Amino acid sequence: MSRLDGPVAFRARGFAARDIPAASVATLVGLVLLWQAAASLGWMSTTFLSDPAAIGRGLWQLARSGELWANLSVSLQRLAIGWTVGTMAGLAVGLAIGLFTVARSPGMAVVAALFPIPKIALVPLFIIWFGIGEGSKLVTLGFGVFFPTIINTVAGIDGVPRALIRMGQAFNLPWRSIVLKIVLPGALPSILAGFRITTSTAIILLVAAEMIGAEKGIGAFVLQAGNLYDIDNLLAGLVVLSLLGLAVSWGLGRLERALLAWR
Amino acid sequence: MTASAIRLTARGIGHAYRDLVVLEGIDLDAAPGEVTVLVGPSGCGKSTLLGILGGLLAPTQGEVRLDGELAPDCLNSVTTVFQDASLLPWRSVAKNVSLVLEDSPLPRAERAARVAEVLAQTGLADFAGAWPRQLSGGMRQRLGIARALAVRPAVLLMDEPLSALDAQSRALLLDDFAALIAGAGVTCVYVTHHLAEAVRLGHTIVVLSRRPGRIRAVLRIDRPIEGRHAEEPALVAMQARLWALIRDDAARAEREIADV
Ligand SMILES: Nc1ncnc2c1ncn2[C@@H]1O[C@H](COP(=O)(O)OP(=O)(O)OP(=O)(O)O)[C@@H](O)[C@H]1O
Ligand SMILES: [Mg+2]
Repeated sequence: MSRLDGPVAFRARGFAARDIPAASVATLVGLVLLWQAAASLGWMSTTFLSDPAAIGRGLWQLARSGELWANLSVSLQRLAIGWTVGTMAGLAVGLAIGLFTVARSPGMAVVAALFPIPKIALVPLFIIWFGIGEGSKLVTLGFGVFFPTIINTVAGIDGVPRALIRMGQAFNLPWRSIVLKIVLPGALPSILAGFRITTSTAIILLVAAEMIGAEKGIGAFVLQAGNLYDIDNLLAGLVVLSLLGLAVSWGLGRLERALLAWR
Repeated sequence: MTASAIRLTARGIGHAYRDLVVLEGIDLDAAPGEVTVLVGPSGCGKSTLLGILGGLLAPTQGEVRLDGELAPDCLNSVTTVFQDASLLPWRSVAKNVSLVLEDSPLPRAERAARVAEVLAQTGLADFAGAWPRQLSGGMRQRLGIARALAVRPAVLLMDEPLSALDAQSRALLLDDFAALIAGAGVTCVYVTHHLAEAVRLGHTIVVLSRRPGRIRAVLRIDRPIEGRHAEEPALVAMQARLWALIRDDAARAEREIADV
């Protein structure tokens, strides 16, 4: 037997990871400074990996010459159109699958069959069908966004508690109101979570499609820089992509906070 | 304001979920302006019956009818209040109420007035802008009632609206419910397995047998429900009678559940 003699020790420590926004910024700045120091102090060769200052100078020149904007604007336009069209179509199909028995099994069968194909493998086919120009890129992007959007929309709708729909029916709300005021808001968290996946998918597909056949766009720019062994510009292109991803993710965070304030 | 006077009649209701027969030969008369309480052992089909009465479930047999005069301000003749209140978490308290008015032809001002009125009646006026997650269990149930009262229902169906609450909140809310139901003049069917609730609220108490649920007994309490206390000797005696009717069935139902 053992004797107890003393206060109760606190045991509920840990398992409560918190966000410290300042730490995120400090980490990124610190890493860049470390990288710069390594280059400046000669710890690493800048032949294959330029230092941040050189990349910054490259970016600045690209920005001043207008070359950056010429490529970025084309990419942004493709991204906006492809993502929006793919998302709209995905929401519409997802809604139909989520709400109607006639659409459900056939729809899910098609999704299950087409979703696993890496969308990038479809680019050659799309180039044959839609030409080397804008068409094939937009279709690739839209297609890549379409399927995950369907899956998240259906999952969101299936996750809406039956009791809430019953409640709407108990008050004799019209079908349209039940969909707009109960089903869609209930599915929104899942749909917005899907946006995080589809925006990053869209950026990946955009760059890949631009590398396969495009004259303008960030993907094409990075590929050309690589072909010319222009490491500064190549890395400048990658930095732009990183910033683009950060901006999109920040925007989605704001959107979630605005639309899901009730949680 | 004249209240609706609607009689709800169920004739020969039977229901089965696939092979599981849950209800058999249920005849029910809920008189206008009265509270009919359904009691019975767990799993005997009370919720099923209420779903059938409210048009949320199609019975395998029988028919439910409504007869009488609807008041002109009634927006939804049969309205159900659920056990968990079923609130929309993304709508504020006031918006949860206005949800059920938004599709009505009521003018905006009238809608806002009704929302304000029912929130005041249920003591939620100060929480109009709160999110449902900020409410206590008792407040959530009040909101469920407020939302139902907003449509001026002719028939109010309530499925154990207080069962999720602690004994103290239940006792307090029960008095409020009695006043609200009496004030609204609705025909009410109330499911509970608290016999004290049954004698406190019921004009008619219908005792169901264990599954398959049939009507075992119908008891009447002719006094108005306002001013009743569950501790009154007459009502306590009534509780004892109810318990005597239910006890054996309830014990057997529990054993059946345990055997499964
Ligand atoms: N959707 C369903 N599908 C199949 N069986 C069901 C369904 N709903 C209820 N049942 C069964 O029907 C029987 C009656 O259920 P019901 O919910 O009506 O009982 P209840 O009297 O409300 O019980 P409780 O007092 O526990 O709430 C139970 O045996 C239950 O298992
Ligand atoms: Mg029940």
